[in-house]
Amino acid sequence: MNLLVGLGAWFLNWLEAVGRAGIFLAQSVLRMPVRFRESIRLLIQQLYAVGVLSLVIVVVSGAFIGMVLALQGYSILSKFGSEEAVGQLLALSLLRELAPVVTALLFAGRAGSSLTAEIGLMKATEQLSSYEMMGVDPLRRIIAPRFIAGVICLPLLSIIFSATGIIGGLLVSVGWLGVHDGAFWSLMQQSVYFDTDIMNGFIKALCFSVVVTWIAVYQGYECVPTSEGIGKATTRTVVLGSLAILALDFVLTAAMFGDF
Amino acid sequence: MVDAYIEVHDLSFYRGDRAIYENVSLTIPKGKVTAVMGPSGTGKTTLLRLIAAQLSPDQGRILVAGEDVHRLSRKDLYKVRKKMGMLFQSGALFSDMSVAENIAFPLEEHTQLSRSKIESIVLDKLHSVGLRGAANLMPSELSGGMARRVALARAIALDPDLVMYDEPFTGQDPISKGVLVKLIRQLNDEANITSVLVSHDVEESLSIADHVCILAGGHVIAEGSPETIQASTDPQVMQFLRGEPDGPVPFHYPETSESQGGPR
Repeated sequence: MNLLVGLGAWFLNWLEAVGRAGIFLAQSVLRMPVRFRESIRLLIQQLYAVGVLSLVIVVVSGAFIGMVLALQGYSILSKFGSEEAVGQLLALSLLRELAPVVTALLFAGRAGSSLTAEIGLMKATEQLSSYEMMGVDPLRRIIAPRFIAGVICLPLLSIIFSATGIIGGLLVSVGWLGVHDGAFWSLMQQSVYFDTDIMNGFIKALCFSVVVTWIAVYQGYECVPTSEGIGKATTRTVVLGSLAILALDFVLTAAMFGDF
Repeated sequence: MVDAYIEVHDLSFYRGDRAIYENVSLTIPKGKVTAVMGPSGTGKTTLLRLIAAQLSPDQGRILVAGEDVHRLSRKDLYKVRKKMGMLFQSGALFSDMSVAENIAFPLEEHTQLSRSKIESIVLDKLHSVGLRGAANLMPSELSGGMARRVALARAIALDPDLVMYDEPFTGQDPISKGVLVKLIRQLNDEANITSVLVSHDVEESLSIADHVCILAGGHVIAEGSPETIQASTDPQVMQFLRGEPDGPVPFHYPETSESQGGPR
């Protein structure tokens, strides 16, 4: 009986937290900017901080994952004499699955944790209160540009991840293992479809970007404003963000490709 | 009859089960420096946040310039806040902006002034706190005292009617304290601002305040001019003003059945 009560209380608390986070997101995004030019300036600043500064980790990870995929794919496919299909394997696994998921996980670790820590520190040093005291809404000034930048950047980073992954795979399979480059590209071209593969991957990345950035900014805004509180909030961003990405990936994959 | 700028009526505020304030009423006179004093943890900063409507009371009303700040819409509240300046304990300067940009920020947000006019106001405000030469520095390059003076310049950028100071002297060296004391008094007199100063620095607060209010245990234990407060024979007030370690406020934290028996 106690277990049931405990479970019910946990569920109600969870539901309340989700509701609060939902209201927070709606208030952040729906409040119109007062000064358009200033909003664009803030957005560009955040696109740089969240997107451009995440490029190195995304490009390097994409290239290595592509290279490893090519090696693994070649070793299996060559047993069946179909090593030319390594390009097809690379493109489909990267576009449909690996690029959106791995980019989102990297994004949660690199940009998400940084967003949470930055906003948490602003709260601890009373900067958020200071905005409020000046009659400036911190949701509009601080949260909205960071959230929008995150939503824009992650799908673009995912595309870059796919591209560098394919280039990495090309270097290993064609440049090193001797796969015919014409076969590599033509098989890839034949098997990849814009709507089912590229668009579905992009939609996945877009969904992940909303969830991860939402968790990151909310955790920062609601954290306990102490060093311990900021540390915990940053950890929660990475853990909850990663779990949400993986769970959401299953749901989206089932919806997109589950027509068996 | 004193013209009140802030009126607190029957204020009660709780954090969980703990009462921070219970039926507290007080008035802050217009155009004067009011020092709100009391031991650490009595909710002095909480009072400022309640006045600024960053926190909502569980009971009671707070009127600022005749407006019940907790009944205003968000838009109207932000309008009222433009007439308030707050000097936070940490300074709360925006770390991504220079000193000049920090002070220009409220002007850019709330006025239609030209860039050259804003620059001139910024230099003027910096001059008034003695930091005109620090306009291009970043907050990380400032000492604690300088950061607080810049924050003060930012708090008065919009020429507010009310300025609230949250522990302005904490962690300051004697020279910085002296500068801040002089500035608070000077700004109040020159611009006819209403100032609310929250502090537990007895000497500095009594030296500049026109009106003093001492809080303890969720109640106002003394209120009046600095002279009246200093002449008080209330044991709690005397203990606070003289800094005696034991008295009505005990030196030892009360033991409970849970705390007995030492570490486990």
